[in-house]
Amino acid sequence: MRLKDLLIEALLSITANKTRTFLTVLGIVIGISSVISLISIGQGAQSSVKSQIGTLGSNLLTVSMNFNRNSLNTSEMLTTDDVKAIEKISLVKAVAPQVSTNTQIVYKGAGVNTQIIGTNDNYDDVRNITIDKGSFISSKDVTSYTKVAVVGPTAAENILGENREPLNETIKIDGIGFKIIGVTKTKGQSGMTNQDNMIYIPISTAQRYLTGNDSISSINIGVISENAMNEAKQQVTLALLKTHNIADSSSANFTVSSQTDVVETISSVSETFTLLLAAIAAISLVVGGIGIMNMMLTNVTERTKEIGLRKAIGASSTDIVVQFLTEAILLTSFGGIIGTLLGVLLSYVLTQFFNIATTVSVSSIVLAVGVSAGIGLVFGFYPAKRAARLDPIQSLRYE
Amino acid sequence: MIDLQQITKTYQSGENETQALKGVTIHVDEGEFVAIMGPSGSGKSTLMHILGALDKPSTGHYLLDGKDVSTYSEKELAELRKKKLGFVFQSFNLLPRTTAVRNVMLPLLYTNVSESKRTGLAEESLRAVGISEKHWAHMSNQLSGGQIQRVAIARALINSPRLILADEPTGNLDTKTSEMVLSVFQRLNNEGRTIVLITHEPDIANHAKRIISMRDGLIESDTQVKNRRISIEEKQ
Ligand SMILES: Nc1ncnc2c1ncn2[C@@H]1O[C@H](COP(=O)(O)OP(=O)(O)OP(=O)(O)O)[C@@H](O)[C@H]1O
Ligand SMILES: [Mg+2]
Repeated sequence: MRLKDLLIEALLSITANKTRTFLTVLGIVIGISSVISLISIGQGAQSSVKSQIGTLGSNLLTVSMNFNRNSLNTSEMLTTDDVKAIEKISLVKAVAPQVSTNTQIVYKGAGVNTQIIGTNDNYDDVRNITIDKGSFISSKDVTSYTKVAVVGPTAAENILGENREPLNETIKIDGIGFKIIGVTKTKGQSGMTNQDNMIYIPISTAQRYLTGNDSISSINIGVISENAMNEAKQQVTLALLKTHNIADSSSANFTVSSQTDVVETISSVSETFTLLLAAIAAISLVVGGIGIMNMMLTNVTERTKEIGLRKAIGASSTDIVVQFLTEAILLTSFGGIIGTLLGVLLSYVLTQFFNIATTVSVSSIVLAVGVSAGIGLVFGFYPAKRAARLDPIQSLRYE
Repeated sequence: MIDLQQITKTYQSGENETQALKGVTIHVDEGEFVAIMGPSGSGKSTLMHILGALDKPSTGHYLLDGKDVSTYSEKELAELRKKKLGFVFQSFNLLPRTTAVRNVMLPLLYTNVSESKRTGLAEESLRAVGISEKHWAHMSNQLSGGQIQRVAIARALINSPRLILADEPTGNLDTKTSEMVLSVFQRLNNEGRTIVLITHEPDIANHAKRIISMRDGLIESDTQVKNRRISIEEKQ
């Protein structure tokens, strides 16, 4: 049979029972669109994680303590000694210790909770933060315990309201007034934290008025170049083992990690997440495929006489197999195309209206359409084979 | 052309065995017009299906143009049905939801004949059985019983088969429509095609040149028609 005739014949049969065709195709549409949209969510998460390598700075090392419930004493904290030891390393360009806390900020009687970071004048440089208006914390602010704050754009908006100029306004952190001296440029989400919803104050001020002790939450280290990262990481580890009096690096109570390490961990998690989503969607595709098989089997039974007639006028078994397979593949491909469009639309809606990062890749579309045609082939094969096996006489006598 | 030698056919359905044909020997020459008669259940359709290469005999030989059909492969059988034979069935002749023209060209869909040539042949065939142009695009359920049978004959003709097999083609038709269908067969026979037709009615059988009567799976009589009835073809 010519391809064109084959398609016409298949279309005629498919459109004969429109309700049934619609419901069967719907199964495939749902399967494919969930594959596309769920994978797009997974890949969206992955690519947003990857794009953060750049925003955080690829030559940033972070030191943090491994918290252990049983040994939560001050000797297990990071201290100024650690900072000084790190500053001596030649591969280190700048060091910015930080104290993080979460406190209520009050402005004109209204309060919001925001993350506060106490740090020094190197922080903006080490973490790639740029100032939009005003200036960042200076070394003089740190030495003289100034009560000044640099705010992120989102934090500024949350605290002061939308259209107010933040510079030189005074906000109350834990009841103490801080003057805003700078606003950072928008930077976006990084992992779990929104870098725009931050308030930076001098570390000395934070330790004296907010945390009440000398401990440091973590240390940010700017390395002179990306190539020196591994070397610098080793040297920092060695220096800290010394200050902490630990002989063996395997029993270290701190972690030195580069941003690449963090991103790698997150992206391996999100890869697993993508796989899981794809697996769930694949199940719905298989269910759709069984729907196709069911419909085709009903079709074969209903069209027994037609098959007998076709064979009696000269159709070979191969002709019959090909005809039924074409019908099945046409159904699933059709469902695949509609499902793809719907899936892409769904991803768009998720991004636009629910702020969920999605990436629709061409490969997932090709995969989905290919898989749906494949489903037609696999689940259509048994019914088609059954149709071809029908004896022309038996089928013509069939009542 | 047709050489049936001691054909038997036994159907097995569970415990029961039905011997539909008990040893039938028939010889039909090219250009003959044979009517097969006999009571219901005497084995006429069974015989016809064997002649049409749709079914295989249990024992005996069926030679078509000197070749034993039982040696054909599934593929060769399909070829044979497609090229040499034209079949008109007792019932269920046309595909539902399909136009008359498309029904007629159905056998050609399984060949390499081009689309335009196919349409031409289908229209020619429909004209030959007296279906006027205004019915060509009708769906099969929009045609009358007589029209359906004639479209079925048109389909049987489209491959220019040398042997036409018709199982009670006038079974559900009134006398006038039957005459019309028979006139088509007589003309085709005059053009040199071999025709085997099953019927219950002696009136119909008398349009043929030879009548074979069957009873209980055996041939009861085989006679030439003396006062053959000729139907005048009238186009409608
Ligand atoms: N597939 C089958 N299985 C079992 N028995 C069958 C089968 N097909 C036909 N028979 C039996 O074979 C016998 C002959 O049937 P056949 O259809 O050839 O009769 P017929 O002469 O064409 O009758 P009618 O005039 O009613 O069409 C019948 O007794 C029938 O019951
Ligand atoms: Mg019969």
